[in-house]
Amino acid sequence: MADAKAKRGGEAARPLSPHLQIYSPLINMVMSILHRITGAALYFGTLIVAWVLVAAASGPAHFDFATQVLASWPGQIVLFGYTWALLHHLVGGIRHFIWDTGRGFDLATIDLLSWGSAAVSAAATILIWGYVLLCTGSVAP
Amino acid sequence: MSMRTPLKDVRRLGSAKEGADHFWTQRTTGAANLVLSIFAIALAVNLIGADHATFKATIANPLVGLPLLLFIVSAAIHMRLGMQVIIEDYVHGEGAKIVLLMLNTFFAIAIAAASAFSILKLSLGG
Repeated sequence: MADAKAKRGGEAARPLSPHLQIYSPLINMVMSILHRITGAALYFGTLIVAWVLVAAASGPAHFDFATQVLASWPGQIVLFGYTWALLHHLVGGIRHFIWDTGRGFDLATIDLLSWGSAAVSAAATILIWGYVLLCTGSVAP
Repeated sequence: MSMRTPLKDVRRLGSAKEGADHFWTQRTTGAANLVLSIFAIALAVNLIGADHATFKATIANPLVGLPLLLFIVSAAIHMRLGMQVIIEDYVHGEGAKIVLLMLNTFFAIAIAAASAFSILKLSLGG
């Protein structure tokens, strides 16, 4: 792996273990990567939470502006993505708590927990947005 | 070809003495977030379409504002630790790493402070 790095900040002039490009994607590997990506997305997503709270604390004019932006199509898409990222990271967190106890490391259980958490987070996202769209009609905070 | 790894540079130094603290704080805040983020989602769904007066009155309820405040603090600590690991994994330049780790801490504290201040103002302010 000539392009892999081992020595921090420079090229390693020695053999290295194979990395991502060698392995075919497995579900637990994909879920692990998604856990990190959704975590990073939620990190920047907190800007939306803080923004809405600051806008509300600033007064009705700022609050109305914030809710209008979030009620727009781009705003709705971001909020939908935020909902899924939060639920994916949340359910993935439960999976990691199970693994933290040292249980569930046989291959069948690993696959079950990985696929299961993907399915639960996707279903929960659709249920929440379905509820919101059916019961309220509009989607703005 | 040198077969030596960077391990030789740190071998005599011992552990950083704080690895388990990072792990446990990440798990503790993760467990708190498990409950608090479900509350936050339910709150957000309930506040859909709310006008400013309703929003303010809802946050001002201690049973709403207090868990929301706890969620913000717990989430900020959790995300700071998580992003710290991401930076340490991918940023190998020593200078860039230190700057990004500092910015990470600033960001987490800024998010928590801005949100907490706003919750308190909505709850206690005039």
